[in-house]
Amino acid sequence: MRRAWYWISQQGLSTQSFYKTSGRLLPFITAGFLVLFLYGLIAGLFFAPADYQQGDGFRIIYVHVPSAFAAMAIYFCMTICAVLTLVWRIKIASLCLTASTSLGAGFTFLALVTGSIWGKPMWGTWWIWDARLTSVLILFFIYGGLIALQSIIANKQHRDRAVSLMTLVGAINLPIIHYSVIWWSTLHQGATLSLFSESLIAPAMLRPLLAMIAAFMLFYGMIVCLRMRNTILVTDMKTEWVKKVLQ
Amino acid sequence: MNRQQKNRLMAIIVCIVLLGSAAGLVLYALKQNINLFYTPTELLQSHPLPTDGIRIGGYVKNRSVKYDKSGQTVRFIVTDRKNELTVIYRGILPNLFREGQTVVVGGKLEVPHTFIADLVLAKHGERYKPKSVGKYSYKV
Repeated sequence: MRRAWYWISQQGLSTQSFYKTSGRLLPFITAGFLVLFLYGLIAGLFFAPADYQQGDGFRIIYVHVPSAFAAMAIYFCMTICAVLTLVWRIKIASLCLTASTSLGAGFTFLALVTGSIWGKPMWGTWWIWDARLTSVLILFFIYGGLIALQSIIANKQHRDRAVSLMTLVGAINLPIIHYSVIWWSTLHQGATLSLFSESLIAPAMLRPLLAMIAAFMLFYGMIVCLRMRNTILVTDMKTEWVKKVLQ
Repeated sequence: MNRQQKNRLMAIIVCIVLLGSAAGLVLYALKQNINLFYTPTELLQSHPLPTDGIRIGGYVKNRSVKYDKSGQTVRFIVTDRKNELTVIYRGILPNLFREGQTVVVGGKLEVPHTFIADLVLAKHGERYKPKSVGKYSYKV
């Protein structure tokens, strides 16, 4: 057990083995993303039935919910990476952390903008300072802060630790976002999707939505892998294996 | 895990617990400010009665929506099934405004139980379903 753990921490999580494994996985991730994205988009926009109250206007859900989901899921991944970086100093974890920040910020922005466009006709306002909207805006600012932090610290080790620590502090916002619609009275409605009980959306509308959520997450995985591989090639430039790869 | 890693993990856990409780206390203390609206019952029970720049939330009572002759001013009852307030509003109502719907109304409390609104927002539920209800057994 001890030796297996030692091997994982020394070899299995090395930049070289990550480069090899991710290279093998990337075609599948990309193909999965393309298939699910096209299915979700076409089924969501053309084949899912219109909503009983919102008509065709509800279809923005197929962008809004997946981006909001990705915004939080990416931060959750980053929190795990931050712990791995701070406690075990695992290099690919800190690479994943710094490669994720701008993607998370992008998805949060998308969630805010699509939510705003959705809110105007249905609720009657572009924006309101209710707990859900405000906490997601704070998430966007946290992402911005992390991007700024990682770009002003030149020393890589210091940068990774500072970004990890800030990520942990910001993680407190995740349960606040999730429970905001339960703890306080808000304009935003409660959760439609649920892991442990029946979802409150008709199956024909649900399937494209789940496909889009998976597609957004695969897109994130794809871009993060590509970015990490890029960084690894640059930082390990002088090692034998990189020279071999680049030949 | 060696000793150093254990110490670092402990430090992180202590940090998160402390920060979490700090955040929790702040949010608990600000509870009333974070809530977006009063229900009619909460509003009528609060002392002193706030009058200006407040928001109330509740259901639009069935068969209570009435327009005046010009069709510009609408009057309806917002209820939380215990207490109700009559709302008077002049302006455009959002798409989802209808009887039975949850709404958030901003404005001021004029005489007891009458609310002059300058803002009407419609909440929508968590449910999405097609118009042909027959096949699905969801409750509205």
